[in-house]
Amino acid sequence: MSFGEQLPIVFSALNTGFLQTMRLFLITLVGALPLGMLLAIGEMSRFRLLRTIIKTVVWIIRGSPLMIQLLIIFYFPGLVFNTPLWGSGESGRLAAASVAFIINYACYFCEIFRGGIQSIPVGQEEAGLVLGMKPTQIFFRVKLLQVIKAILPPISNEIITLVKDTSLARIIALQEIIWAGQAFMKGSRGISGVIWPLFFTGVYYLAFTGILTLLFGRLEKKLSFFR
Amino acid sequence: MAILEVQNLRKSFGSTLVLDDISFTMEKGAVLSLIGSSGSGKTTLLRCLNFLERPDSGIIRVNGETLLDAAAATASDFHRNLRLKRLHFGLVFQSFNLFPQYTALENVMLAEKLLAREQPDWKERKAARLQEIQAHAESLLTDMGLKDRMNNYPHQLSGGQCQRVAIARALALNPDILCFDEPTSALDPELTGEVLRVIRGLASLHTTMIIVTHEMSFARDVADHIIFLDSGKICEEGTPEEVFGNPQQERTRQFLSNYAQQ
Repeated sequence: MSFGEQLPIVFSALNTGFLQTMRLFLITLVGALPLGMLLAIGEMSRFRLLRTIIKTVVWIIRGSPLMIQLLIIFYFPGLVFNTPLWGSGESGRLAAASVAFIINYACYFCEIFRGGIQSIPVGQEEAGLVLGMKPTQIFFRVKLLQVIKAILPPISNEIITLVKDTSLARIIALQEIIWAGQAFMKGSRGISGVIWPLFFTGVYYLAFTGILTLLFGRLEKKLSFFR
Repeated sequence: MAILEVQNLRKSFGSTLVLDDISFTMEKGAVLSLIGSSGSGKTTLLRCLNFLERPDSGIIRVNGETLLDAAAATASDFHRNLRLKRLHFGLVFQSFNLFPQYTALENVMLAEKLLAREQPDWKERKAARLQEIQAHAESLLTDMGLKDRMNNYPHQLSGGQCQRVAIARALALNPDILCFDEPTSALDPELTGEVLRVIRGLASLHTTMIIVTHEMSFARDVADHIIFLDSGKICEEGTPEEVFGNPQQERTRQFLSNYAQQ
């Protein structure tokens, strides 16, 4: 098959793979941002036991490779309890990968949120209190925007890392873009022994992280009206 | 009747006694200045009055109403109606603590707006109330000499301007007693002057104020009454003439002579 004939076949496969990459990326964000917020609130709670539990979980998750977490979450239920939790096929793999990614990223987000909230000087809270504001009003009217400004750079860092980390789901054979590119080495859709599609997947990542970088840059600029 | 009565206020942090049996009264329209070295308990006293700290014992009464009887109060008593109790007092901080994402005008309006929203007639009178609140804030900022700075953000203002916005913000809620916690300690001498001028102006309008300051000459000519705190106790008090002109306690003389040397 000539290169010209390969092109449309390869792109169609890579696009399908990238769609799956996007799905995992978006599901992770939608799940991990709120979960991370909840963990951060728990980590700042008055209950010592809760704080200790969350700190331990965060340590374990941040301290071990995401790839191992993926493998454990995907294979453990089936191997040990003999009940395949995740169902068969691609949807099961996406579910397992989503759970692993959400837990992993929530732990990173948790630390960023906690650091951001604690970085706001205590004087802001006290100024609100002496002005008769309720704690919720102080959080939403006074602190929140300052927190968002403070955490935007580390959050955008994590989100860009997440784009590329989705490729780890290849290890449980999730058919994301790396999987799609690699398939042409072993042979797929009449093409085999070809490596350039795998290399070319890098362009997809670059393009997408490029868009995200511009987006976060714009957001940061929007919040630069105060210091 | 005294506007403020403080009786036997005590506060310790861990094993350190920071306020030891503080009692004093204040008349409406008076200016009280708290002086004393760092760590003598001046700031803690202001923080207790503003319910930012919970005293261990003692009574705080405003206009005859007992806001706090610390020995009798449980934690839930202390927190009940805390917001309403706080509104009797205003507090101007050493480090301004303006809200950076709001303009000077918005800083002054915010708390009043939030309180107005809690009124039952807010929905019907919203537009009129907002206009009133804005007019009030604008007139306060104009009084502070900030007419052409209202739409600036705090980072665009000098320290002296920030502190004047903070004073306007505290005045917006019409507190019975306005407290200042070393309002000029974060400012250079030039900016100190403009803030002191504003406070002097408030004194001439008979605003009831408690001022913690290290500016002795300012305390001397703005205050009606001076309290010298030393290690959490009232060491000496009286009119400025008495305390500065003829101090009775050796510790007061020693403290004041350190300032005289500067």
